[in-house]
Amino acid sequence: MLVIKNLKANVEGKEILKGINLEIKAGEVHAIMGPNGSGKSTLANVLAGNGGYEVTSGEIYFEGKDLVELAPEDRAREGIFLAFQYPIEIPGISNATFLKTALNEVRKYHGKPEATPKEFLELLKEKSGVLGMDPQFISRSVNVGFSGGEKKRNEILQMLMLQPKLALLDETDSGLDIDALKIVSSGVNVFKNKDNAVLLVTHYQRLLNYIVPDYVHVLSQGRIIKSGGKELALELEEKGYDWIKNDELIEENV
Amino acid sequence: MEEIKTDSLKEKDEVSEDMQLLNDVTKNEYKWGFITDIESDTAPKGLNEEIVRFISMKKEEPEWMTEWRLKAFRHWQKMEEPEWPNVTYPKIDFQDIIYYSAPKRKPQLESLDEVDPELLKTFEKLGIPLEEQKILSGVAVDAVFDSVSVATTFKETLKEKGVIFSSVSDALKEHPELVKKYLGSVVPYTDNYYAALNAAVFSDGSFVYIPKGVRCPMELSTYFRINNEETGQFERTLIIAEDNSYVSYLEGCTAPIRDTNQLHAAVVELVILENAEIKYSTVQNWYPGNSEGKGGIYNFVTKRAACRGNHSKVSWTQVETGSAVTWKYPSCILQGDYSVGEFYSVAVTNNYQQADTGSKMIHLGKNTSSTIISKGISAGKSNNSYRGLVKVGKKADNARNFTQCDSMLMGEKCGAHTFPYIEIENNTARVEHEATTSKVGEDQIFYLNQRGISSEDAVNMIVNGFCKEVFNNLPMEFAVEAQKLLAISLESSVG
Repeated sequence: MLVIKNLKANVEGKEILKGINLEIKAGEVHAIMGPNGSGKSTLANVLAGNGGYEVTSGEIYFEGKDLVELAPEDRAREGIFLAFQYPIEIPGISNATFLKTALNEVRKYHGKPEATPKEFLELLKEKSGVLGMDPQFISRSVNVGFSGGEKKRNEILQMLMLQPKLALLDETDSGLDIDALKIVSSGVNVFKNKDNAVLLVTHYQRLLNYIVPDYVHVLSQGRIIKSGGKELALELEEKGYDWIKNDELIEENV
Repeated sequence: MEEIKTDSLKEKDEVSEDMQLLNDVTKNEYKWGFITDIESDTAPKGLNEEIVRFISMKKEEPEWMTEWRLKAFRHWQKMEEPEWPNVTYPKIDFQDIIYYSAPKRKPQLESLDEVDPELLKTFEKLGIPLEEQKILSGVAVDAVFDSVSVATTFKETLKEKGVIFSSVSDALKEHPELVKKYLGSVVPYTDNYYAALNAAVFSDGSFVYIPKGVRCPMELSTYFRINNEETGQFERTLIIAEDNSYVSYLEGCTAPIRDTNQLHAAVVELVILENAEIKYSTVQNWYPGNSEGKGGIYNFVTKRAACRGNHSKVSWTQVETGSAVTWKYPSCILQGDYSVGEFYSVAVTNNYQQADTGSKMIHLGKNTSSTIISKGISAGKSNNSYRGLVKVGKKADNARNFTQCDSMLMGEKCGAHTFPYIEIENNTARVEHEATTSKVGEDQIFYLNQRGISSEDAVNMIVNGFCKEVFNNLPMEFAVEAQKLLAISLESSVG
C-alpha cells in the first residue's frame, strides 16, 4: 500500500528525515516510536503533504501513485488520513458542515454521489456511537472549546466517517487519560480491517497495549534504526531509547 | 477614545507558496462585467442649477421638489469634500460627470413582456431573471436600471395591504404628501457633502410605506445596476414604517467592468414609528476595479434610520464585497424609549480596494440598546477600516451598546484598522467594545486540505465561519447569495 524509499525531508531548511525506508501493506498496523525530535511527526506530516515540510529526495508511493506529486487534498481523497496531534479549530463552521463537506469531497473524487442528509446522519450516529460522543457536538464549531480528549475523539470520528485506506495517527494518545485512551483505541480497532492500514506515531508504549501493532519501528535522528514486532515496544519501555542508540553506535563502529 | 491599528507584517525576503496563491487572486477577473446596450436619455456633463432643474423637469416633479433640490445644490456648493476617511483616491471632477441618464421605456408596463428585452437579458446574465424571481421566491422586485425604475412587480398584492412600494418618482406623483413629510427628515441635505449632492441630483430610488399594523407580506427587493459609462449614480431610498408595522427590505447590486471611476453617492432614509421594525439587508458588489487597482466604483453612502417611536427597531445587515473605495456608516438614531438598533456587517476588500465603514449608534431615548457586529476581511493590498461611533445623550438613561469588531487578514500586504469613537453623556450607560484580529492560518487550511477540501473551499469555509453571525441575520436566499459573492471575491485567496 505504502512504499517509502530513502525519504529525506526538511523543515525550515533543516534536514529532519535523513533517509527513511518503510513499507506498509494492507491489513497491517505499524508503530513508529522514538524520542522527542526524532522526526516521527515530521514523517506523518510529510506523508499527508503539509506545506511546511519539504521533501528533498527519495520516493513515496501510495497504491502505486507518486505521493510527492499529489496535493494534500488529493492525498486525503486517495485515502490518506492524518489524525492531528493538535487538532485545529475552525470557528463558525459546525462539525456537521465540516464532516459532510469532507465526506462528499471524498465521494466526489471517487465518482460517487453525495451523501443524502439521511445517509449522512445515519452514518454519523453509528460512528459517534462507537466513540460515545454527545450528539450535541455536531452543531458546535469544529474543535472550538473542545477539551484535549474531545479533540482527539473528534479526529477518530472523522477517520471513521471518511474510511481512509491509510490512517496516520500522530500522537493521538498524548494528553489522554486512561478512559479516553481506551475509547480512542476502540475506535481505531473498529476501523482496522484487512484492506486498510494504520501507522501509529507514539512516544509511549501505553497505546500499544490497546492497539496491537504488527511492526514497531524506532526512529532516531531521522532514521529508522531498528524494526521488530510488538515485543520491541515492550523492550523499549523497559530499557529506554538509549539502549538502541548505543547498539547502533556499536554496530556503526564495527 | 481609543485607536487600535493592526497592520500586517510586511516581509519581502521570500516568495512563499501562499504568496504565489495570493497572486492568483489578483488575476481573478470580475465575473459579472458586461455592458448592456440601451439607448440612453442623458443630460450633458457637468453640474449647475440648470442641470438640477433639468433633472427635476425630466421627472415631472412638483415645484417644492425642484426648490428643495436647488437649496441642496446651493448648500453643496458651499461645502468641502470630506478628507477624514482612511481612504485615498484621485480628486473627483464633479463637472466631468453626467448627472442624469434613463433608459428609454414605454410609458406603462403591464407585464414583463413589455420590458426592454436587453434589460431582461442583463438580469438573466446576473442570474436573477425577474420572471423566475416572481414565481419562485415570492419577492417583489423593483428593478432600478441606471436611474429610473423600469419594472415593478407584485404591486397588486402589496396594494391590498396598503403597502406602497414604488420608485421615488412615482411616489412623488401619487403620494406627494408622504414624500414631502419624510424626505430629508432623517438625512437633511445639510448633513454631509455627498448627502447634499444626492439631494440636488438624485435620479430615483425606492419608496416604501408600510401602514399602521401591517406586516409586509413579502420581502421587498431592489436590484441596482450602474450601466451608462461616466454616469454618477445618485439613488435615494425612503422607507416609512408606521406604528406596529414590519418590513424586510433587500438591496443588492452588481455593476459592469469599466475603466473610469464611477461615483455612487446614495442616501437611504428609514423612519420607524412606534413598535415598528425595519430590517434592511444589503449585498453590495459594485465593480471593485481590476487587479492593478484601475477602475472601480466610489461608493459614498449615507444610510440612516430614525427610530422615532417607542419600542421601535431597526436592523442593518450588510455584506460588502465591491467598490474601489467605500465610505459608509449605516446609522441608527434611537430616539424612542426602548428602541433598538442593530448593525451586522461583513466588509471584504481585495487587491487595491479601500473600505472605511462602520456604524453610528446615537442613543437619545431611555432604555435604548444597540449592537454592532463588524467583520472585516482584507486580502491582496487592500485596506479595511472600521469606524464606529457610539453616542449616548444626556437623557438616554440605561442605554446599552455592545460592539464587536473582528478583522481577518489574508496575506502579508493588506491592512485592517479599527477606529471606535465613544461619546457618553449619561453615566447609566453601559458600553462594551471588543476587537480581534486574526489571520487565515496555513494550519487551518492544511487541516481542511487533509480532509479532502481544496484550499479555495477551505478559505471560503474559514471566511464563512468568521462571518457566520452576520450571515445568520440575512434572509435565507440572500445569505446564499452573500456566500457566493464572498467566494467570488476571495477566489484562490490563500494566505
